Amino acid sequence: MLDLQGYGPRLIEGAGVTVQLAILSLLLAIVLGLLTATAKMSRSWLLHKVATLYTTVIRGVPDLVLMMLLFFGGQIGVNMISDMLYDHFDIDLYINFNAFAAGVLTIGFIFGAYMGETFRGAFMAVDEGQIEAGKAYGMGNALLFRRVRFPQMMRHALPGLSNNWMVLLKTTALVSVIGLTDMVRVAAEASRATHEPFVFLLPVAAVYLLIASVSEWIFAQLQKRYNVGFGGQ
Amino acid sequence: MAATPTPLEVRNIKKRFGDTEVLKGLSLKAHKGDVITLIGASGSGKSTFLRCMNLLEQPDDGDLIVHGEPVRFKVTRHGREPADRRQVVKMRAKLSMVFQGFNLWAHMTLLENIIEAPVHVLGQSKKEATEHAYALLERVGLTARANAYPAQMSGGQQQRGAIARALAMDPEVMLFDEPTSALDPELVGDVLKVMRDLANEGRTMVVVTHEMGFARDVSSKVIYLHQGLIEESGTPDEVLRNPTSPRLKQFLAPKY
Repeated sequence: MLDLQGYGPRLIEGAGVTVQLAILSLLLAIVLGLLTATAKMSRSWLLHKVATLYTTVIRGVPDLVLMMLLFFGGQIGVNMISDMLYDHFDIDLYINFNAFAAGVLTIGFIFGAYMGETFRGAFMAVDEGQIEAGKAYGMGNALLFRRVRFPQMMRHALPGLSNNWMVLLKTTALVSVIGLTDMVRVAAEASRATHEPFVFLLPVAAVYLLIASVSEWIFAQLQKRYNVGFGGQ
Repeated sequence: MAATPTPLEVRNIKKRFGDTEVLKGLSLKAHKGDVITLIGASGSGKSTFLRCMNLLEQPDDGDLIVHGEPVRFKVTRHGREPADRRQVVKMRAKLSMVFQGFNLWAHMTLLENIIEAPVHVLGQSKKEATEHAYALLERVGLTARANAYPAQMSGGQQQRGAIARALAMDPEVMLFDEPTSALDPELVGDVLKVMRDLANEGRTMVVVTHEMGFARDVSSKVIYLHQGLIEESGTPDEVLRNPTSPRLKQFLAPKY
């Protein structure tokens, strides 16, 4: 039997951190991605430029660098704000830039840029006639989005979305650099202390694989759901 | 002025795409029960004209009055636009459009397509909308296909389904944009029959079509467009049997 030498509970806790981090980051990335795609397709020159700047910067800078920038920079930014509040308004506020929140924000922020491109392509793949029918039947923008654009777009977005999710999941392993105790960090600690890396790293790899397999299954169900009516597949 | 407002009136509609002026000032008034057919060669602007009536295209100039209510416009740096989006949404709900390419929502069954706008736009209960939908499905002969997806239906079935979807809105005016042009010849008849029935029961319709038989037998008024202008208009007898303009004579010649 596998002997985790007392590290078992911490590894499980770490796995919990990994899963929570990944899911919350995914939700943030989806929201940011939808906003980015909308901004890029909008007629507004400013929105378009902002969204392009965002995706260009994010996609051109390594995730690790961004993560450290956001975490350390974020703490400095928060300190500056609280200093300013104290100096000018006499408000004494100490905000600790929480490592978990920083992790979610950074990963969400990074993958929002990739999601943005995925969603933009998917929105553009929706047949214009479907949209026109919605307009012609008196749907406002919000209703049209909810009832026609989004469900039809998802069919095209899901393959890219599932791909982004897998990469995102593995990117969470980077958060140990900003002090978050995910399962990779626990495993690394345990390996160093016991000199038995395989005992800890192989189970960690297995957990990632397990999450990936469950996600594959979920995405397959979603794909089925959003393909309804389109025949084939 | 009649007791009920005119369902649809457009005045002096102009539209250009880039350097080409496709509509050069077109007007039309649809009284209750009118069936107005727009005919003309491709490129004459008839579809664009129809699409200006529910603002799927934005006219550069001209007035649009739906059920007595003029649509308000404003000029922005993107061009002329409706001033109030909500007014447009409300106005469109009174005009149902039947498209050349059917445009039934592909991710919904036929029944879901029909109840979609009544439930979410008009605020009907699902039960009420469904009952109405089944009555309409029976009317267009598609009761058995209520739970089929558009991709599983023939073109003719899809178009009859699309007409049922349009009727479910109980529209002030029905706009038909070449409803039979994308159909195989043997499927055209069923769709035309449904449209004839609608005309006979007094529906107000504006129809862009190449079906001269339909224009001749069913319409109360025929408008012949040529290069973005109304070249000739009147009753089917006047326009189709006794055309005066040489161009209309030529347009009609190969078919009669």
